[in-house]
Amino acid sequence: MWKYTDKVIDHFLHPRNVGEIENPDGTGEVGSLACGDMLRLTFKLDKQKKHIEDAKFKTFGCASAIASSSALTEMIKGMTIKQAENITNKDIAKFLGGLPEQKMHCSVMGREALEAAIKNYRGEEDEKHELEGNIICKCFGVTDKEIERVAKENNLTTIEQITDYTKAGGGCQLCHEEIKHILDKVQGKTTEQPDYKDTTEWTNLKIMHQVEKLMNNRIRPALKYDSGDLELVDVDHHTVYIRLKGACATCPHSDMTVSRFIEKELQKEILPDIKVKEVKE
Amino acid sequence: MNTIYVDNNATTEVLPEVVEAMTPFFGKLYGNPSSMHSFGGQVGKHIDSARENIANFLGASRPSEIVFTGCGTESDNTAIRSALITQPDKRHIVTTAVEHPAVLELCKHLQDKEGYNVTFLGVNKDGNLDLEELKSSLRDETAIVSIMWANNETGVIFPMQEIAEICAGKNIPFHTDAVQTAGKLSIDVDKTPITYLAISGHKVNAPKGVGALYIRRGTKFSPLLIGGHHEQGRRAGTLNVPSIIGLSKACELAQKYMNEEFGKVKKLRNQLESGILEKIPNSFVNGDKENRLPNTANISFQGIEGEAILLMLNEYGVCASSGSACSSGSLEPSHVLRAMKVPFSRAHGSIRFSLSRFNTENEVRLIIEKMQGIVKRLRELSPVS
Repeated sequence: MWKYTDKVIDHFLHPRNVGEIENPDGTGEVGSLACGDMLRLTFKLDKQKKHIEDAKFKTFGCASAIASSSALTEMIKGMTIKQAENITNKDIAKFLGGLPEQKMHCSVMGREALEAAIKNYRGEEDEKHELEGNIICKCFGVTDKEIERVAKENNLTTIEQITDYTKAGGGCQLCHEEIKHILDKVQGKTTEQPDYKDTTEWTNLKIMHQVEKLMNNRIRPALKYDSGDLELVDVDHHTVYIRLKGACATCPHSDMTVSRFIEKELQKEILPDIKVKEVKE
Repeated sequence: MNTIYVDNNATTEVLPEVVEAMTPFFGKLYGNPSSMHSFGGQVGKHIDSARENIANFLGASRPSEIVFTGCGTESDNTAIRSALITQPDKRHIVTTAVEHPAVLELCKHLQDKEGYNVTFLGVNKDGNLDLEELKSSLRDETAIVSIMWANNETGVIFPMQEIAEICAGKNIPFHTDAVQTAGKLSIDVDKTPITYLAISGHKVNAPKGVGALYIRRGTKFSPLLIGGHHEQGRRAGTLNVPSIIGLSKACELAQKYMNEEFGKVKKLRNQLESGILEKIPNSFVNGDKENRLPNTANISFQGIEGEAILLMLNEYGVCASSGSACSSGSLEPSHVLRAMKVPFSRAHGSIRFSLSRFNTENEVRLIIEKMQGIVKRLRELSPVS
């Protein structure tokens, strides 16, 4: 069992500021269903547009994700944007009396949502999936900039710590070498630049987001027109698993729906080598 | 607050009868069963009858087919490593994608670090294997097939008789992790041609830190732990006498109550499951509903996260488990649910309730009632619709 502080348990069992602000001044959404945590933060400024008057959150995640979100909203209320901007994940963890090491990524998620919401307020519409820097961890979509920042802010020295704080390196582990490089750089051990992969590379996370978007905006409405539907089951590298529902599930031409419509759309819009596989009920 | 314990696939209560049977061996009967004097020898006699008891429990014809180990994991590791060491020219292993980590992680290690070829058989959406796939995966160089009897997360039972016969037909050693099966289903290695079978004490109301491995007579064997001549050279290390006595007593009791486990526990489990499914929208059972351990219910609650559910259940004294990433300390949800292609929106929100004959209808009612409020609260918090 995790060792949570009383304050974490309090904010988990009695979360403050749950919900969504209507017509907010800023909205930030980070994380994803696939990763197991997701946070949507909204805030509103006062009449003078100086201080954050209200902030609300909705979170899908574990106890520490919910507590971190609740803590964040409490912390930023009454702050100016400038003050809010200076909040680090450490401040969130400190507010809660600390978090278990393996749960520090929850505090990082809070800081990221705040950052996204402030950007949104300033009109620097952060195209959510265009991340800053080079992707290092492809499983969780974490960039070198993010790893470097979290390492510096929290004085991290090991790969395990980076995984605890950012999730980077917690999946297939192929990026451990690169994380080590970044840590060495942060600690001033080396000046040599590692050979990063192409920045336009597709991460699982990015494919997941794009597939979800296309499914919801185009493919599912088209299927629903014929009383059908589908459910996104899994995305594994470039293979997308779906389950057909409604009329599609029993349709004798469902193979064609999958190969000629769904797969073609995904290949056209996302990646030419994407494959769609149907998971049968 | 009373504890409502529905996490029996994680560990079980050490029964008072078991504690009673063990107690003398912490006190006056402290002799070493391997000693040459009668003070140790009298303890040795108790070990002999414990071995006989456990052999009977598993349907083994000879007590010498039973080796005592430190845990289920050690039993699994011993079986697989023994098959590999005794057949050095065979470099292929067949297992499933849904094994307990004691087998799964070992096989991944053997693949990644020691150069073995491993076939991980997949399962369908109900968690069942395709036996044709098993058949076609077997090769001349297959050293061992290791397939669990029943899944610890979903309770899905694999067709052991058929699997064992397929392997026996090809003369390939077959190991089964029966840790979740012992005490819940009847095991008879006399009828089922299994080569190795692993059980663990603490899953059958014995203490933690003791396990056993059945090794069919005539099987080439190589020990995992090397040292003294204990267990006829098959497992070095002084015997954990009190725990072995406890395991024996627990197996005896498990045999006695097996039918009760099947009847009463299955009824309670079904009440819990149907109550939850009926009262909570968007909840789903994971795993084949028919072909399942009588005590296990694995239920997903769409759009919310398992650890949060567990901690709220904890507020009411209810002890259960989850297949969510967060509760395990890893970053990915249950490998079993992923292999079954359970969507992420459900995999992160799965809860395993594993009952025992000590649970009551009142407890089941309370869980159903509390779960409704918990799921409602967490769904209100969730941005996922």
